[in-house]
Amino acid sequence: MLAHLPILQVIVPLLAAPLCLILRRSSLVWLFSLIISGIAFLISISLLQQIMASGTIVYELGGWDAPWGIEYRIDKLNAFVLLIISAVSTVVLLAAQTSIEKELPKDKHTLFYVLYLLSLSGMLGIVSSGDVFNVFVFLEISSLSAYALIALGEDRRALWASFQYLIMGTIGATFILIGIGLMYQMTGTLNLDDLSRRLPEVAHTRTVFSAFAFVIVGICLKLALFPLHLWLPNAYAYAPSIVTAFLAATATKVAIYLLIRFTFSVFGLSFSFTTLPLQILFMVLGLLGIFVASTAAIYQKNVKHLFAYSSIAQIGYMIVGFSTSTVTGLTATLLHVFNHALMKSALFLALGAVMYRIGSVQLSQFQGLGRQMPFTMAAIVIGGLSLIGVPLTVGFVSKWYLLMALVENGWWLVAVLILLSSLLTIIYVWRIFEVAYFKPPLLETEGIKEAPISFLIPIWILVMANIYFGIDTRLSVQVAQAASQSLFGVAP
Amino acid sequence: MNLSLELMLQLCIILPMIATLAIMATARKPNLREAVTISTCLVVLYCVINLYQGLTTGGEISVFWWELLPGLQVNFVIEPLGMLFALIASFLWLITTIYAIGYMRSHQEENQTRFYSYFAIAIGAVMGIAFAGNLFTLFIFYEVLTLSTYPLVTHAGTEKAKTGGRIYLGILLSTSIVFFLLAIVSTWFVSGTLDFKPGGVFASNVDTTLVGVILALFIFGIGKAAIMPFHRWLPAAMVAPTPVSALLHAVAVVKAGVFTVLKVCVFTFGLDLLSVLPSYQFLLYLAGASVLLASLVAMQQDNLKARLAYSTISQLGYVTIGALLATPSGVIGGSMHIAMHAFGKITLFFCAGAILVSAHKSKISEMRGLGRQMPITMAAFFIASLSIIGVPPAGGTWSKWFLLMGTIEAEQWALMGVLMISSLLNIAYLLPIPLHAFFPNLLSSEETGKERALAQFQIKEAPLPSLIALCITTLGCVILFIYPQPLYELSTAILGPQEITHGK
Repeated sequence: MLAHLPILQVIVPLLAAPLCLILRRSSLVWLFSLIISGIAFLISISLLQQIMASGTIVYELGGWDAPWGIEYRIDKLNAFVLLIISAVSTVVLLAAQTSIEKELPKDKHTLFYVLYLLSLSGMLGIVSSGDVFNVFVFLEISSLSAYALIALGEDRRALWASFQYLIMGTIGATFILIGIGLMYQMTGTLNLDDLSRRLPEVAHTRTVFSAFAFVIVGICLKLALFPLHLWLPNAYAYAPSIVTAFLAATATKVAIYLLIRFTFSVFGLSFSFTTLPLQILFMVLGLLGIFVASTAAIYQKNVKHLFAYSSIAQIGYMIVGFSTSTVTGLTATLLHVFNHALMKSALFLALGAVMYRIGSVQLSQFQGLGRQMPFTMAAIVIGGLSLIGVPLTVGFVSKWYLLMALVENGWWLVAVLILLSSLLTIIYVWRIFEVAYFKPPLLETEGIKEAPISFLIPIWILVMANIYFGIDTRLSVQVAQAASQSLFGVAP
Repeated sequence: MNLSLELMLQLCIILPMIATLAIMATARKPNLREAVTISTCLVVLYCVINLYQGLTTGGEISVFWWELLPGLQVNFVIEPLGMLFALIASFLWLITTIYAIGYMRSHQEENQTRFYSYFAIAIGAVMGIAFAGNLFTLFIFYEVLTLSTYPLVTHAGTEKAKTGGRIYLGILLSTSIVFFLLAIVSTWFVSGTLDFKPGGVFASNVDTTLVGVILALFIFGIGKAAIMPFHRWLPAAMVAPTPVSALLHAVAVVKAGVFTVLKVCVFTFGLDLLSVLPSYQFLLYLAGASVLLASLVAMQQDNLKARLAYSTISQLGYVTIGALLATPSGVIGGSMHIAMHAFGKITLFFCAGAILVSAHKSKISEMRGLGRQMPITMAAFFIASLSIIGVPPAGGTWSKWFLLMGTIEAEQWALMGVLMISSLLNIAYLLPIPLHAFFPNLLSSEETGKERALAQFQIKEAPLPSLIALCITTLGCVILFIYPQPLYELSTAILGPQEITHGK
């Protein structure tokens, strides 16, 4: 059983998804999905433990040897991302039933859970598989289900947002596929590990060069790197709240994982950072993304839009960390992947609670919420402080590492810019606080009560995680550091 | 009680935080709620005094909490400068609480529970700053202090309070994030440690240009020290209720700022390194300019609290100058000034609050003749003004004395001039207030009819708790003049036993 964990991680939610259709009854399906996601979470914990203790796990699907059969290869990086995805998915699901009851028509409930589980298994598959084609297939599974999930949103603009995402996402996926095809043409293998050994022999060819470019651009579309981010704000804003909370915390993280996997493991550090000016390119795009998106966030009237732009900015931080191409920088990126998942899932879930009570997340509707929904608003405050990077929250930890990485490289100017950008974060976060705490409630929202307990529990689990991992950083820092060291080939 | 000193140290920080919960729990019963606050004050004060005794008998008191990131610990070490700050803050917290009870009730403020609970958190943060064993711990509590005082500044909830809060938070958070944090990261990068060590942490062969930049980052980053041009938050914070202005914006918050400056100068840079840094001279003049300009601005303010706020900015410049002079006298003067100014300024703010509560006046021009109505308050105002100016019989004399000695030691004649002129300006903007209050006809012969009407006033002082509080702090100003010995000893102990070469 324990030996089969790598495949169980993916296959359990994948098989469970169609089973939902048999169960039909909404609350039963919810419970079932919750249990499945919980199992995936437990599996990822156990995988991480095994890997931290005894190193990389290689699992051969169906017993076929690696270059022929499909291989599942889980090292520290995969295990870390697997843990993030399954943990967030489970906590978010806790609130799902309450939220979709309000936001979705009754007949769509079962469908929602099917798609959710498919999306989950797709992401878990991308991360655990060691075969590029397999990665592509899972990427499509997770993306297609994500498009459908977004289209479920009650606002009619959700359809348009989903369509936009569909087009952009498909272009991205096609680019990745083209890249994979070119690599296959040159090396005759689809196994990631095998590729990394065979690519250097043909590294100088133009084909490999274009393969690399296609893959990188494709991934950047998926991770919404500025200026390829246009699909993200609407997709996040009009999707059902639960979907936003889930996707915001996981989808872009998976893309970051792919970026790291391809540049570091497959193409190799020296190839990736010398053939294309990745360092300067990513640094500039990351910084631009941070500033443009943060500024855009300041002017948003819809709070979901606001945090969606903030997500784009946060991706910028991860990319800047990545662009340093040092162990510390990559640690910062990985830490921020973890920390940002915690912040954004907490924030979007809290917005879900607001949506549940008020039916809108326009900033103007937040008036007086500080008194009416004290626990939900307190969660938004803590999440916001974490986003700013106040000490004792997770945001501070990743910011600290990012700064260290920049200073180590001597990039003082970038360090200053990163710090300045936090000021923009303060502004857009504080706008919400001021409206919620300083203005009296609107007439139409008078008598609004605190969110139901089924919302508050998952929200506060995430908020507490924001604080806990800001104080006790052993788990996140150790794993992120170990993963980044192993990617650089440094013995820990 | 037989508590170990280590436990007391932690109690000082944790107890106010726990008290917050108790205050919230007793929200319905104001008397019980205030009892909770006062008893917490007393326990904290008791602990701090015990720690003081422990320190003077030569004990080494330190506590390690946990390691946040590899190499970055949250730990606490008691040394004389922190002790001095903790003593002042915990004592004045008690007094301010007494004052606040009178003020808040007679002013019928809303949300008093929120007020007392954030107040307690702020004090816990101040204790954390005072006892912090390294820069990192200090930074954490520095930010906690900023955030916990924000709801206090915006207490009134009005549009004006909101704007004030924005400026307050905007300046304090942005300076701390952009400059202070960068300075800390750079220090960590250059020296490999964030601990406070006597004599500094930088190696002797370090690149002075880089370290000079780091010093500038620190001085600008510690926005709570209100060095111009980052001083605007302090007048903005004056929208807060007077007890908040009194304790936090005249004592705890600003003192946390100059305390940090002193601490960084002495324990991160070390006096020897400080004076060879290229940015040293520039920063000294900047602090000097801050002293002078703030005094000049203060003269033009008609709102009493605004005038006191600018006066605070100017006085904070003194402490920064003391720290940057990098001479033993400068450090002694700077740290003594923390205490002297704390007592003087809190008294002045108490008086301003008392005037607001009982005479409903906040403009200086309206306070003519007020001495007949509020003789005790105005007398206290007079004595506290003397302390700020630095003339006997008030404590401010001593700190200014040492600061002047410091400028002579460092041969900074221009700064010596600045300090002298500033004292004259202090006289010009503080003393007229009590003088006009007692002798309304002194300068103008007109409005005599009105004066006669004023003479009809009954004596109407502030509520009793507030009056007691302001008498205690006034007494403090005088006692610090007559008996400054313990304070002087603490201040000299900052530099360690080997460096005392003068002074007696």
